[in-house]
Amino acid sequence: MTYKIVASQCTGCSACEPECPNQAISEKNGTFIIDPVKCTECIGFFDEPQCVAVCPVDDTCVIDGAYPRYSA
Amino acid sequence: MEGQVVSLASIPTPNNGKNLEEIMQQKAEHQGCGTQGGSGKASCGSGAGQGDLAPEIWEKVKNHPCYSEEAHHHYARMHVAVAPACNIQCNYCNRKYDCANESRPGVVSEKLTPEQAAKKVLAVASTIPQMTVLGIAGPGDPLANPEKTFRTFELISQTAPDIKLCLSTNGLALPDHVDTIAKYNVDHVTITINMVDADIGAEIYPWIYYKNRRYKGREAAQILTDRQLQGLEMLTERGILCKVNSVMIPGINDDHLVEVNRAVKSRGAFLHNIMPLISAPEHGTVFGLNGQRGPSAQELKALQDRCEGEMNMMRHCRQCRADAVGLLGEDRSAEFTTEAVMAMDVQYDMESRKAYQALVEQEREATAAAKRAELENLAGEYSDVKILIAVATKGSGRVNEHFGHASEFQIYEASSEGAKFVGHRRVDLYCQGGFGDEEALETVVIRAINDCTAVFVAKIGGCPKSALEAAGIDAVDRYAFEYIEQSVIAYYREYLDMIRNGDLVHNQRGDAQIRQGAYTAA
Repeated sequence: MTYKIVASQCTGCSACEPECPNQAISEKNGTFIIDPVKCTECIGFFDEPQCVAVCPVDDTCVIDGAYPRYSA
Repeated sequence: MEGQVVSLASIPTPNNGKNLEEIMQQKAEHQGCGTQGGSGKASCGSGAGQGDLAPEIWEKVKNHPCYSEEAHHHYARMHVAVAPACNIQCNYCNRKYDCANESRPGVVSEKLTPEQAAKKVLAVASTIPQMTVLGIAGPGDPLANPEKTFRTFELISQTAPDIKLCLSTNGLALPDHVDTIAKYNVDHVTITINMVDADIGAEIYPWIYYKNRRYKGREAAQILTDRQLQGLEMLTERGILCKVNSVMIPGINDDHLVEVNRAVKSRGAFLHNIMPLISAPEHGTVFGLNGQRGPSAQELKALQDRCEGEMNMMRHCRQCRADAVGLLGEDRSAEFTTEAVMAMDVQYDMESRKAYQALVEQEREATAAAKRAELENLAGEYSDVKILIAVATKGSGRVNEHFGHASEFQIYEASSEGAKFVGHRRVDLYCQGGFGDEEALETVVIRAINDCTAVFVAKIGGCPKSALEAAGIDAVDRYAFEYIEQSVIAYYREYLDMIRNGDLVHNQRGDAQIRQGAYTAA
């Protein structure tokens, strides 16, 4: 699985972008998106997903159920 | 350009002014640098020799509208919104809310890249020659966006080296960036410190993001306060001027801010700015939604007065947007949208800026001379009577605004010590309605200046004048276009005479409301 950003919630603040250890986050039309191919849920890097930890709006960076769980 | 250099009367600004010597002297006396034992003020605190508010410090602040009350009548500042990311969450902030009509920290209309910001600074500096200061204040935290922030400073220091650079931070990342701040000659830093006690902090900050982890509650607040105070010490050790901002949250940190004041003073902060909480429910902040109120005007003033014995207090803060442009109290950001700026053909002419600023200095001198002369008339008077006077002004230190056009009033305290600026009150809903809007007059203006004995205006209509009289506020237009402080002292002298002659009984006025919500001045 991977994380995704709920576009309607995203303020476009960019806090998540530099924190992602996989460079999976980029800007698109004023808000940010996560590349599901690159996202590792921060497993192997940090105890908690960095985008979730830094995002100022609750429930904006969430698990994307469309993808299988990541395994290292 | 030349047209702008010619006439000072056209400066769309507020003012006041004492000459430098007088200011220096006043600071020395007032602060008791080195002479009043233990309670010397912060700027005299450290061991760097006596009279730390020495010429070099004054030199740094004298044209900085956010660091010098006097300067804010004459000089403008701008913020560029290059730093959207933040690393902490505050209960008085909601990053999802954004509105062009709001005048609050954390609010912007558009984000800028460092390159766009640099162009904007040149455009504004060319249009507003008294713009002397560039700040980065968010809308997030500048130090949570270090590349963008420092790139912006780098570009501006290359293209407009006469502009002072400053930044405003929550302090969490500050210790990591002090050397870079010094490297770019950022000589003014503001740190927002709302507590030095983690239990209180836990009620203000739900979480922080630090070293790749989200911390919550007391643990978060402890890390934050440690980092803030460490950062403050590191800056003052390097001779970088620090102002501390605190948000006054009644019932949570109001009494505690006296302790914060002591803590920051002892670490070398130069100025303390206690601001009222803004917590309208429509802003969607935690405090807005849970009904946490902000302080009244008199509660705020009482706390500022309590702390003033310890160090210099700032009372002219307008809690401006992270993309504000212009004098404090006015906002010209709408003239400088990215689209407009990119289309401008900017010629940065440092010489004409200097010439214009020289005229501003003359105006400052004149204001100071007028005040000194009037103070001599007050010499020998001693009275316990203190009154507040609201003033409608649009700049240059004069009573030069029509009552009905005022979007704010500046508040002066008159006593036998003289005239002292103690704050300002926004009344922008009234001006939106134009003259004669009875309801707005009642609900907005009178509530905002209800603690004042008089209001000085350049002009006022019959209706509002009677409404003010009915509320016990003397509407005074006889000082139209005169210098504010001189007029305040003259009025006070007459006021004392009337008491003495039995023509008047001095009454203590009530409290006043600090207005919140949208900034709607045209």
